[in-house]
Amino acid sequence: MDLGLGPAEWEAVRLSLWVSMWATLASLPFGLLVAFALARWRFPGRALLNGLVHLPLILPPVVTGYLLLSLFGRRGPLGQILEQSFGITIAFQWTGAALAAAIMGFPLMVRAMRLAIEAVDPKLEEAAATLGASRITIFLTVTLPLVLPGLIAGAILGFAKALGEFGATITFVSNIPGQTQTLPSAIYAFLQVPGGENAALRLVVASIALAMLALALSEWFAKAAANRVAGR
Amino acid sequence: MNLSVDIRHSFSEFTLNAGFDVPNGITGLIGPSGSGKTTLINAIAGILRPDHGRINLGECQFFNERIGTCLTPQARKVGYVFQDYRLFPHLNVAKNLDYGRWIRGLPNDTAKRSRTVELLGLEHLLGRRIGSLSGGEKARVGIARALLSNPQLLLMDEPLAALDADRKKEILPYLERLRDEAELPIIYVSHALDEVIRLATSLVIMKDGTVKMSGAAKDVICNADSATFLGADAVGALLSGTPTGLVADGLSEITVSSAKIWVPEISGDPSRKLRIRVRANDIILSRKPPEGLSALNVLPAKVTRISGGMDAARMVQLSVGDELMLAQLTARSVHALELDKGTDCFAILKSVAVSHNDIGGG
Repeated sequence: MDLGLGPAEWEAVRLSLWVSMWATLASLPFGLLVAFALARWRFPGRALLNGLVHLPLILPPVVTGYLLLSLFGRRGPLGQILEQSFGITIAFQWTGAALAAAIMGFPLMVRAMRLAIEAVDPKLEEAAATLGASRITIFLTVTLPLVLPGLIAGAILGFAKALGEFGATITFVSNIPGQTQTLPSAIYAFLQVPGGENAALRLVVASIALAMLALALSEWFAKAAANRVAGR
Repeated sequence: MNLSVDIRHSFSEFTLNAGFDVPNGITGLIGPSGSGKTTLINAIAGILRPDHGRINLGECQFFNERIGTCLTPQARKVGYVFQDYRLFPHLNVAKNLDYGRWIRGLPNDTAKRSRTVELLGLEHLLGRRIGSLSGGEKARVGIARALLSNPQLLLMDEPLAALDADRKKEILPYLERLRDEAELPIIYVSHALDEVIRLATSLVIMKDGTVKMSGAAKDVICNADSATFLGADAVGALLSGTPTGLVADGLSEITVSSAKIWVPEISGDPSRKLRIRVRANDIILSRKPPEGLSALNVLPAKVTRISGGMDAARMVQLSVGDELMLAQLTARSVHALELDKGTDCFAILKSVAVSHNDIGGG
């Protein structure tokens, strides 16, 4: 069996990496904000926010995909606004695949980031204040350096989850080669046609390799985060 | 610079009620665990905003509820040595030390830095990560870090709790020098009077969130009311003395007010001022000059006050020259000796009752 990927398979891998990268980059600022809010702040609706963030983890992906389609489809309320005001179409585009991947990866990203933030003792920030640091300086010189490895670990975890997203993506943006056919969708498509098993298997191996790499990286950064907080 | 505090703050479980005024020097803030000592210095540092009152350091208003002033911690320039050290784990020792100077953009005073590093024995630790330090090492880094941030007030929350006796003995003279040389008020929090008594120029006594007594250390120690909070074995006298230079049989002679006493031999500069702590229950009183007595120190004294309640013990306050001291006696002895205000008597103190830990630089 030949494990070298053909052009169509490479296209799926390339598209998956592209979609996941944008999904991760776009959700990073929101993930950071939500993780900080959940870790540090007490506010009304905190439990609700926590529930909403974790919802995609529990909900059947097809439900998430359907909700996205209803909201961001051509006739969906948000989809119409985006198309009429900004000329952006999300439905059946790679951007839609990125949105679906971002939403599905968000809980994992926030969870890892939140753990990293909770590991930092806020009393260290008080100490920095008594030494003359302003709030912004404290964040830049104490909080951020301490949580950074954990943030990276969270981002990589979100990225890995985005790579494997299938149910919400196929429901929301279908399975269009070169546009929305990511790795899992391509594997699914190859399995639907006679003689596609070899191609599917090659993509399966590629998926496993990517997932393992991402997990290993994420673990490494999570460990670096723990070491940094412990002063090792 | 004078530190003046008058604040109230309510928590769900207890209320902080603190009013005191302390001058330069070291103020011992004493009280049992949970009496609100750390809460009080957090308010001084600006970490806690009190409900009511004011906090001034000299002319600088840290907090004034009436006009709505509440300076941020960084504007107060207060050095804080935390009980749990709070060193930055992502920085090494050297960077922890330089953090305050770096943040404030101060010039690098290498002389001061190397002196501080040397005094706290940190030379070989500078490159180390925080996680590899022992508790005592962390405490010393915490003290140095606070000092090097050029504070105008130093708050120390049980700073020597994690240090062994030898290291304590090394650091105490350093704090003494800091007290005498720097125009820097120091608040030294401790649950044990013994630790601060040889350093403190003032004392503030807290209990259940309230400041019960405050004033010059000398005055608090020879006040019978202090015994209620500190215990009868803690009060007595804090005598100022100067060695006469006479040393014999392992004892040094010290001039205290108009009298001379013998204490266990002291080392160091023979002309330096000393403070000698005497405990109320180490004092014996006699109406006549005693004869054939082993105790070496017999001080002519006059009773200034007798206090005491329902139990068998009485606190007798004596004047010895310009010094005041407390002697703890039984009510029976007070009666038998016919002691009363103004009675002349002799206070007797065994030299061995004064230990080296009771003698500090004055």
